[in-house]
Amino acid sequence: MAKKILMGNEAIAYGAVEGGVQVVTGYPGTPSSEILGTLAKLAPQKGFYVEWSINEKVALEVGVGAALAGARTMVTMKQVGLNVAADPLMSLAYVGVKGGLVLAVADDPGPHSSQNEQDTRLFGRLAKVPVLDPATPAEAREMAREAFEISERLQLPVILRPTTRTCHACQDMEIEAITYTSRKPEGFVKGPQWVILPSLAAKKHPWLNQQQEKARRIFEESAFNRVDPVSDGTTGRRAIIAGGVSYNYVREALDLLGIDLPVLKIGTPYPLPKRLIKDFLAGVEEVLVVEEQEPVIEDQIIVMLHRYSAPVTVRGKGDGLVPREGEFNVNKVADSIARFLDVPPPAANTVSLPDLPRRGPVLCAGCPHRASFYVFKEAVQGMDAVFTGDIGCYTLGIAAPLEAVDTALCMGASIGMAAGLHQVEPGRKHVAFLGDSTFFHMGVPGLINAVYNGADITVVVLDNHTTAMTGHQPHPGTGRRATGDVAEVVNIAELARACGVKLVREVDPLVPTAAIRAAREALEYPGPAVVVMRRACVALRKNKFRYRVKAAECSECNACLLTLGCPAIEERDGKPYISDKCTGCGFCSRICPSKAIERVPS
Amino acid sequence: MNKVDIVIAGVGGQGNLLASRVLAWAAANAGWEIRTSEAIGMAQREGMVSSHVRMGKNLRGAIIPDHEADIVIGLELAETVRAMPKLRPGGLVLCSTTSIVPVAVTLGETTYDTACLKSYLEQCGERVVFVDATALARQAGNERAANTVMLGALSRFEDLLPFSGSELRDALMTIIRPQFKDVNSRAFELGQQAVEN
Repeated sequence: MAKKILMGNEAIAYGAVEGGVQVVTGYPGTPSSEILGTLAKLAPQKGFYVEWSINEKVALEVGVGAALAGARTMVTMKQVGLNVAADPLMSLAYVGVKGGLVLAVADDPGPHSSQNEQDTRLFGRLAKVPVLDPATPAEAREMAREAFEISERLQLPVILRPTTRTCHACQDMEIEAITYTSRKPEGFVKGPQWVILPSLAAKKHPWLNQQQEKARRIFEESAFNRVDPVSDGTTGRRAIIAGGVSYNYVREALDLLGIDLPVLKIGTPYPLPKRLIKDFLAGVEEVLVVEEQEPVIEDQIIVMLHRYSAPVTVRGKGDGLVPREGEFNVNKVADSIARFLDVPPPAANTVSLPDLPRRGPVLCAGCPHRASFYVFKEAVQGMDAVFTGDIGCYTLGIAAPLEAVDTALCMGASIGMAAGLHQVEPGRKHVAFLGDSTFFHMGVPGLINAVYNGADITVVVLDNHTTAMTGHQPHPGTGRRATGDVAEVVNIAELARACGVKLVREVDPLVPTAAIRAAREALEYPGPAVVVMRRACVALRKNKFRYRVKAAECSECNACLLTLGCPAIEERDGKPYISDKCTGCGFCSRICPSKAIERVPS
Repeated sequence: MNKVDIVIAGVGGQGNLLASRVLAWAAANAGWEIRTSEAIGMAQREGMVSSHVRMGKNLRGAIIPDHEADIVIGLELAETVRAMPKLRPGGLVLCSTTSIVPVAVTLGETTYDTACLKSYLEQCGERVVFVDATALARQAGNERAANTVMLGALSRFEDLLPFSGSELRDALMTIIRPQFKDVNSRAFELGQQAVEN
């Protein structure tokens, strides 16, 4: 036994190994990425298979194949990734699995790093798949371990749904040298049950519904749900039910308020352990349900109590006592509990702060995306252009002074939206920007669609040779796999040509003259054109040089400061000054009208 | 002492995460339970980041409630001020005088008033210790070791911590990559001395 400090995502990976996982697939997405990253590091010594797949749908399909051959399988993604994987998931529940299949889907209330706050527990309910909701990294590890067993007992995939505050929280835990034992998979056994024809779906649907009740019975006995009685053992008129991480906030808020109430912690929000809840609520007149995001537990309890005609008032999101948006914390939950009990909220000693600078995230110093946006802004001068954006670091191109992102929706949408805009306003130039990993993920179908339907758009692939935003995972363009071994390189320009694009240019965005020429060519070409902006992410480069302003030659036009927005360029005494943050990309020196920026060794 | 809550506030790229890991490791080695909450993702790109480190017994969540932090370690001046609502009355503030002025200030979209921020901290009535962490880190051999300078400064407040200053240093040396040990060792010492003087 040794004490280790594990991040929630690492804890899930350890749990998966302890549960005998044999195949792991996934697509990166904050806050889920470190689950697969950790497993990829453990895979070579333990001997299981790990891959970064090109998107969540493919990841799940690979996972399903493995599970039908009898392997224990984990598939990882963030909440919006599950939308991409929804097609296989919705029918998989009907087909069922042989080897345990666990989808680790991380939710992001807040949201901190996502396009929305969608609640994966609802997805579980929609797909009729059981959901586990951990409160802490240690519990996430136990759930990951046990989820395979539950999946095999039910022959259903199981969703493990941590949130950011479990994924990116660390906790001390005891770890034995990880024991890894895996059974030999039986292999795929042919049979009609694996072909989901309408007739089979009709036959399997009653089975699937029965499995929901079977899952409920398993959860009635689960240690992931438990009652904290009040310390003197009495039952009162009021009680609290809390789901996932909210349980932590409830416990601390009660301490803060100096109040003791019975609390039922729910770790299995779907299907809900009804009998456990019914027993817990015996004699209770009013219950407060505390859960982040949607009222998943609350609504199930209301339906259940109505059916039992139980005289319990359910309070929570339905009557505005508990917020339905945003991430919770102890203070918010203390406020909800105080209102529930009609006691004064904990004293808030308000601190009035002086004016603070607004500080949003920006593209890194030397980021090649900054150059790509600059190049296209130059190239479209005199044209009426719309820049459709996508999901990745380059979404930060929205910030001033670049202001080069007019839309962002979901992975790959830049291309489809540019084509749609073009159909309505053919007089404008529509330029889609997306990263290399995003292009592989979901950009390719959009590009083929643009070729097929003759959309006169320009697609800019910001190829920085990595999946940067989520922590630099490899992808099919990098020549490396999740475990680091060498892979076939899928060339983006060749792929675009194979899709039927007639004008494809590959340029280095840090060379502005050539890049602007290529951009103009693409913009003027009648029909879909692709520009691949090839330059590695700054985080992958070693900088041998940096740049500095030659004060005597600087005309103080401030073009570098005002057009690039590079965090390495500051204003000092009214003049541009290049700080130690400079990573040596040199783009500023190439756009300086006075040629007053020079390269020096770093 | 049955719990110690520490907020580390700064800007993405300042080594907030490393400082949080070192504190957690030192506390865990001293036999305490720990929870940390870290900012990973988009905010790491020059955005506001704050890590929470909780040490104690029977810990629950990883987020420190408002007015409960025993110590605020600010790696950047404005971010230290932004974290002040987390500080408990009578808590300790260790503030690096480093200013990271956002690009938005240059563009005239927001303002950064160093004098006003500093005088706010001086007059807030709490125990505030300023450390010129960037200069000391530069002296140690690398500006990026400013986070370690702040840990060195913290190590002077053993009465507020569940571990000794040397245990904190040991945790740092365990976690840091070998090639950065010398610089960080010097940075830690300079931080210690900054408080001594």
